Amino acid sequence: MELTRLSLLESALKSRYPQLAVFIVMLVGYIFAIIAGLIGTPVGSSNFSIVFVWIAWWAILILIAVPFFGRGWCAVCPIPLPGEWLQRGAVLGPHGNRWSSRRRGTDADSVLLDRRRRTETKWLNLRVPKMFRNIWLQNISFLLLALFSSVLLTTPNITGIVLAAMLFAAVGLSMVFERRAFCRYLCPVGGFIGLYSQTAPIELRIKDKQVCVKCKDKPCYHGSSAGYGCPWDVFPGGLTRNTYCGLCMECIRTCPHDNIAVNLRPFSADLAKPSARMDEAFKAFIMLGSAMIYAGVLLGPWGMFKDAAYNVGTTAWFIYAIIFLTIIFGVLPGLFTLGLLQTKGAASLKQRFASLSTALIPLGLMFWVAFSLSFVLTNASYILAALSDPLGLGWNLFDTANIAWQPMLTSVLAPAQTLALVVGLIWSARTAQKSANEAGVSPFTIIIYCLIATSVMLWLLL
Amino acid sequence: MVVAFAPLPVSSSSPQARNFRLEARQFAFSPSELFVNPGDILTLELVSTDVVHGIYIDGYDLSVEADPGRTATLTFIADKPGSFRFRCHVTCGAMHPFMIGKLTVGTNNWLYRSIGFSVLAVLGLLLFPRTDPKIKL
Repeated sequence: MELTRLSLLESALKSRYPQLAVFIVMLVGYIFAIIAGLIGTPVGSSNFSIVFVWIAWWAILILIAVPFFGRGWCAVCPIPLPGEWLQRGAVLGPHGNRWSSRRRGTDADSVLLDRRRRTETKWLNLRVPKMFRNIWLQNISFLLLALFSSVLLTTPNITGIVLAAMLFAAVGLSMVFERRAFCRYLCPVGGFIGLYSQTAPIELRIKDKQVCVKCKDKPCYHGSSAGYGCPWDVFPGGLTRNTYCGLCMECIRTCPHDNIAVNLRPFSADLAKPSARMDEAFKAFIMLGSAMIYAGVLLGPWGMFKDAAYNVGTTAWFIYAIIFLTIIFGVLPGLFTLGLLQTKGAASLKQRFASLSTALIPLGLMFWVAFSLSFVLTNASYILAALSDPLGLGWNLFDTANIAWQPMLTSVLAPAQTLALVVGLIWSARTAQKSANEAGVSPFTIIIYCLIATSVMLWLLL
Repeated sequence: MVVAFAPLPVSSSSPQARNFRLEARQFAFSPSELFVNPGDILTLELVSTDVVHGIYIDGYDLSVEADPGRTATLTFIADKPGSFRFRCHVTCGAMHPFMIGKLTVGTNNWLYRSIGFSVLAVLGLLLFPRTDPKIKL
């Protein structure tokens, strides 16, 4: 179902102003989170940076945005904005055509503009080297945050520093590389959002491939007087998966043939086309393993693990880090490979590993949903208090500063977690059947793998 | 449905009074896992060894807090079977939100039923697979 047929929605997406309004709110909130982290109270549960980033934002991201809107968060994320504005030298439309969002550029416009932009730009505007054009850096950046997460999630000034570092990294990369290099290749959050966005019931796609084939200058990729070339370095005419489309809507503005649509579709439509990339395969294991480790370490009753995870730099922490990485890079993919060895197929083991790991994507997403339900419902009552006193300075802006901590919906938590995990298991098993059918192998061992992982997660959470 | 409602073995031991001395420190309880029978009269003696800590029991909605070196007592009848997290409810430091223990009253039937659901779901998918036409990439 094409959503952009709704004229109101189409106008809202083509205009830059609604998006800019959201961007500005997000950017103000983001900068305030940095400031709160750096100068606010060191008590995490009373500090805006911890409460709004790791409870409110995380809940919206993992429980709503990613499952239902895929990269919807990326469409309004403030992190790339300052760098992008500097890179473009403009906040709205392209130079020399400030009001251009109201009209369409022609194919010829795009080439001229692209050439002019390349020669006029003040910044280096380099292509990201080929060896980095994958999500390995995103895997590493996520793991780095994950290994320090016990400190990051609980210590306001660390959260403030990390948020600021991400903003500066995005600005720095925008000065050196073209387009949104940070979002595409480094953002620790963007990697898993991209992976799980394949399950979302929303997509941006072209309407007619022939129109793109005949389109001479590809303004959706190169830009035109109507807008910029794809900031995510994607040619929309070739989009078959959500993974790397940031839903920035720039191509909707630039396409001179009105050939780009936002569609509503069945959940996990992209998973019918398994990836063959090892970076994406390992992302699935990283996310699956991290959810299980967090469930055990953060929500489990074992104080020894919490001590080890929190005391960064100690021997116990190094042992924790080694175990963490061993589970993610050794145990989980190792057991998966052992299962694959029991199957015979025309494709090589590496190809089977990469394509069949697609089955773990719904499972990983639902593991995160189940984990986050517990964490978020238990701590959501901090949100109202932090809203009234965001820096922990004794303010009471909305008369909610003294609301006592109270866990929410504890009676439905276990059923909701079970539902999430069993739905994830069924979803993954169905995906495994489809992927295995594609690869010409039996899905049996992959489904059993998913069952065992689900049982472990149930044991950790219930 | 069978998995959801099938009667599971019930512990036949008669209810008794049980005392636990629960030491709280940043950011753990010791012991961190308590196992009791349904109907037991449970007395928790909470002792903090560093800063002020509390204990809040999910599902039972009961709490008590203890100053360092002082014992606080919480007595209740463990009449709700299942597994419940108990957690510190007095902000006690950075990892406070994750200072968690586990109380199991009787058998954790919900866990076993959930695993049973998972096994049944998988069996259903394996025995009655939906075959889709091969998708061309």
